[in-house]
Amino acid sequence: MSTLELRGFSWRHAGRAAHAVRDVTLRVEHGERVLLLGASGAGKSTLLAACAGLLAADSGEQDGEVLIDGADARTRRDRVGILFQDPETQLVMARSGDDVAFGLENRGVPTADIWPMVDKALSSVGFDYPLDHSTHALSGGEQQRLALAGVLAAEPEVLLLDEPTANLDPLGAAAVRDGLSRVLEGRDTTLILVEHRVGEVLPLVDRVVVLEPGGGIRADGTPQRVFAEHGASLAAQGVWVPEPWSSPPGPDPARPDGSSSGDTRLRAEKVGVRYPDAPRAALTDVDVELRDGGLLAVTGANGSGKSSLALVLGGLLAPTTGRVGVEGGPSARPPHRWRAPALARRIGSVFQDPEHQFVTSQVAEELALGPRAAGMSETDVEARVADLLEHLRLSHLARANPFTLSGGEARRLSVATALSCAPRILVLDEPTFGQDRRTWGELVDLIAGLRDSGHAIAVVTHDTDFTDALADRTLVMEGGRTC
Amino acid sequence: MLTPAAVAAPSAIIVRANPLAKLAAASLIAGLALSSTDWALGLTLLVIEAALLPLTGVRVGRFLWRIRYLAFAAFTVGVVNTVFATGGGGTVWFDAGPLHVTSSDVDNGLALALRVGAMAIPGVLALATTDPTDLADALIQQLRVSPRFAIGALAAFRMLPLLAGEWRLIAMARRARGVDAGWNPVRRLRLFASTMFALLVGAIRRATRLATAMDARGFDSGVPRTHARIRRMRGGDWVLLAATAVACLAVYVAVVVSR
Repeated sequence: MSTLELRGFSWRHAGRAAHAVRDVTLRVEHGERVLLLGASGAGKSTLLAACAGLLAADSGEQDGEVLIDGADARTRRDRVGILFQDPETQLVMARSGDDVAFGLENRGVPTADIWPMVDKALSSVGFDYPLDHSTHALSGGEQQRLALAGVLAAEPEVLLLDEPTANLDPLGAAAVRDGLSRVLEGRDTTLILVEHRVGEVLPLVDRVVVLEPGGGIRADGTPQRVFAEHGASLAAQGVWVPEPWSSPPGPDPARPDGSSSGDTRLRAEKVGVRYPDAPRAALTDVDVELRDGGLLAVTGANGSGKSSLALVLGGLLAPTTGRVGVEGGPSARPPHRWRAPALARRIGSVFQDPEHQFVTSQVAEELALGPRAAGMSETDVEARVADLLEHLRLSHLARANPFTLSGGEARRLSVATALSCAPRILVLDEPTFGQDRRTWGELVDLIAGLRDSGHAIAVVTHDTDFTDALADRTLVMEGGRTC
Repeated sequence: MLTPAAVAAPSAIIVRANPLAKLAAASLIAGLALSSTDWALGLTLLVIEAALLPLTGVRVGRFLWRIRYLAFAAFTVGVVNTVFATGGGGTVWFDAGPLHVTSSDVDNGLALALRVGAMAIPGVLALATTDPTDLADALIQQLRVSPRFAIGALAAFRMLPLLAGEWRLIAMARRARGVDAGWNPVRRLRLFASTMFALLVGAIRRATRLATAMDARGFDSGVPRTHARIRRMRGGDWVLLAATAVACLAVYVAVVVSR
């Protein structure tokens, strides 16, 4: 039996001015399944870490208590299991079986009992590979299911899940949710789940708790009640409230549909990429055409070559075969041979992880970098920076360090940096990935505006809502080929 | 690409031998190689090592690729000791100011180059046929190395290939931003430093997350750890050690003592 209780719990990380969590009182009974919601920055992850007993007393300032069966959560860690977002930073060992055994070894389980428990945990999540299968060779969804098995092997009474599918493609996410529902069936594990994409996980939970960003709890009850009463305000905060309590995001009727796309701006012919040492080519004989005022969506499972294609189109990766030609290039050479300033003026690339793109220690500097390298005068640079800051609602952050921005802000800044040299071609890799609903809407509006002002755009994405809203053509990749 | 896994065919007998037994055997051979400066010893050992290579299950191509830096080092040692050695006797082969090469210098350089190779190759083979996980297990269970250290190092080792990919991405992202260094060495250095900084920021963030995930699974629980797999010296491991010792002794007597 495990009851979890927070009594007036507040937490402020050492060295931070603001509280991460403030004044939360909540009781979760044994066997309850709770979905924890709240705007980004409301302290959901901190709350889960506290429940897992992972907030060391000397790493911040605490008020109130976090109790598991009446005792401080830090002393009850053996009863709690927590699964995080990123599978890469949860797997410890090189072999799948060893990774599941890791937690059991730590808890002093006798050698003879370890392997039967490992087998049981692996089969409970539907993991079909042999025990010595390399953890590197697994897809993200498989890795996350393996990590779940590692958590479950120790048979926790309280299971905490911190956005377990946020880093996965739709197929992998579905497999993990599938594994979860298999695991939960027939068990009375207490569950607290944090997840942006509410609709998909609703079948797993029976209670919804919404954190108020300023502190305390805004709503608590059955999903039906909470979404009926608070659906609209939650959606406004960025929560993906499911139907029927909210309308699905769709194409804005006032938006042109992009069918008016014009001349070819970039043409890639029979492009192939093979990385040294790789068993097979990442890309084989792909033809792509980007037109002014058009948006091409590139879709397909992880590992299908989408990101390699984005790098080739962006002039960042030399194709091993085939050719890429750009209308209005600085020379007859292909884009990957251009100097960087010439490239940035013609093709803007937005990477999946915004932080890869940040070079300076200030938002405004970040936007001035490209134009300055392109030789613009200082007054023009300033005007361009001010314009971009305002357009992307970043003016209040002009002096902030790019590495301290929230997910949505970092994404807007990374798009702004790609726009800073005013390129006519844009290549975006998963721009809406992991974004809350509000940022999603802003990005869709922004990219629609760019398309309609004549940019030639390619977007690599899993996001079907996004594709439906904006793409005039779709390219489906599989195994490095188009199909 | 960096691959943390062993490169030997998993069916080779040597792969299943205890990692510490393999390292001990390699040390014996290295010790023997150090025992004399005679080129005949180095040559004999190299020939024997080459003859035994098929038994380790390491493919010749992979093996040669692995020892490319070692081969370069041995070559350099040989050349430097030949060309810059002073006071060597024997026939003078070449004399131009400070460069003075005699037959005994060549003897000497050759012996040193062979010695470097003969000494290091057993170690290279021992590691190439050992899974890092097995080595960590053996270190913890047999040499009582702290699990905190051994498993921490193992987890960090697993992250290396990720960092290599990350480096490429950050470098490409810099180019997309309009930043490149061209042929200017100062700008190259600055770009390298800024890429390295971005890589470190990401690596530290990752390492923190991994450490949290490990602790969440009880790594810091303080409970005495148990082991999923028991590592100890088995019969075959003793045979490996004994055979190596006997072979070393035989080579020593035949090559060093008899001359």
